[in-house]
Amino acid sequence: MKLLSMAIAAVLINNIVLAKFLGVCPFLGVSKNSKSAIGMGLAVIFVIFSASMLTYGVQYLILKPLGIEYMQLISFILIIAAFVQFVEMFMKKNMPGLYASLGVYLPLITTNCTVLYVAQDNISKGYNLIETIVNSIATPLGFLVVMYLFSCIRERLDYATTPKPFKGNPIGLIVAGLMALAFAGLAGIA
Amino acid sequence: MNNFKNGFIKENPVFCLFLGMCSSLALSTSLNNALGMGICVTLVLIFSNAIISAIRKITPDEIRIPVYIVIIATLVSVVELLVHAYLPALFDALGAFLSLIVVNCIILGRAEAFAKKNPILPSIIDGLGMGLGYTFALVVMSCIREFLTTAWVSLYNPFDMSQLIFRIGIPQLSDYTISLFGTSVGAFFTFACLAALFAFINSKEKKEAKK
Repeated sequence: MKLLSMAIAAVLINNIVLAKFLGVCPFLGVSKNSKSAIGMGLAVIFVIFSASMLTYGVQYLILKPLGIEYMQLISFILIIAAFVQFVEMFMKKNMPGLYASLGVYLPLITTNCTVLYVAQDNISKGYNLIETIVNSIATPLGFLVVMYLFSCIRERLDYATTPKPFKGNPIGLIVAGLMALAFAGLAGIA
Repeated sequence: MNNFKNGFIKENPVFCLFLGMCSSLALSTSLNNALGMGICVTLVLIFSNAIISAIRKITPDEIRIPVYIVIIATLVSVVELLVHAYLPALFDALGAFLSLIVVNCIILGRAEAFAKKNPILPSIIDGLGMGLGYTFALVVMSCIREFLTTAWVSLYNPFDMSQLIFRIGIPQLSDYTISLFGTSVGAFFTFACLAALFAFINSKEKKEAKK
């Protein structure tokens, strides 16, 4: 039950994009159509989950026993960058179909702050392994949900008449603000 | 000098290039946080630009990104430990965003676009200009948001949060504040309006240049 409420909170209430402002760049950049939004969202779930598992292991098996926790940031970012690169090469060679649909988003994920944030969040909140698994699936799931909703709105936004300076990203941000307002209303669930 | 000026309006990293948006949305709730974050980013940017430009001739092209990331992550760790030691209040306020400077696109972006092909001194100036442009954007946003939520704009001594440096505002308006601007909704709205304003200024300048 605790895990379920944790997952709901991560997806809807403390939504990573609308409440914590992380991953806003891909949120605006890759939301031009709903298909690529879903592709990006799925790629993010996969990378965050695997990277969190790796960094969790590194933290408790290497950094903590050796007492060098101050190397956390450097080792985590290197693991994430290397992991994303590795997944990209592996997919290109062995799963060309999946690569064609997800692969283009992979390099973008290294610079996505959500990955590093979730990896650090799991450690700083002192989650155990099961909580880490739940957190690192639920958080990017929230990203996917918001990303899909936003891209659907954006597809219609193209046909709307907007004042010229607001065209493109500014009106997108206004829409994001309104979505944040709607999601703030969900806080009552908790 | 031109590089330096560009960072503010024409190529403001936040409002025109849409870089480093996450942190500018999250940390513009008060002037203190905005200034603190701005200074941290500027410091990291100056040093990372200087180091990357100093080793640009011996860095192999294929592995340059991992090399840059290690340099940036080291600098961010140093800044994080210093802030934690000397400015604990700021450390609490910035939270996770302090270590997330590593993935702030401004820093890697400037390394790729400028420091890797220019000598040390221009790279330092570029880092300073872009860093101040980022700080400027954060300060403008935070002043608007802090004023709308509290009717005041105040700055505290970061070493001792009980010491007020200055405070300006319109106390008559304190019954009419909009607390919504302190939340994420207000952050998105403020950012959107400022980005539109900058787009408007830049398009006007371009029109005048054409005439």
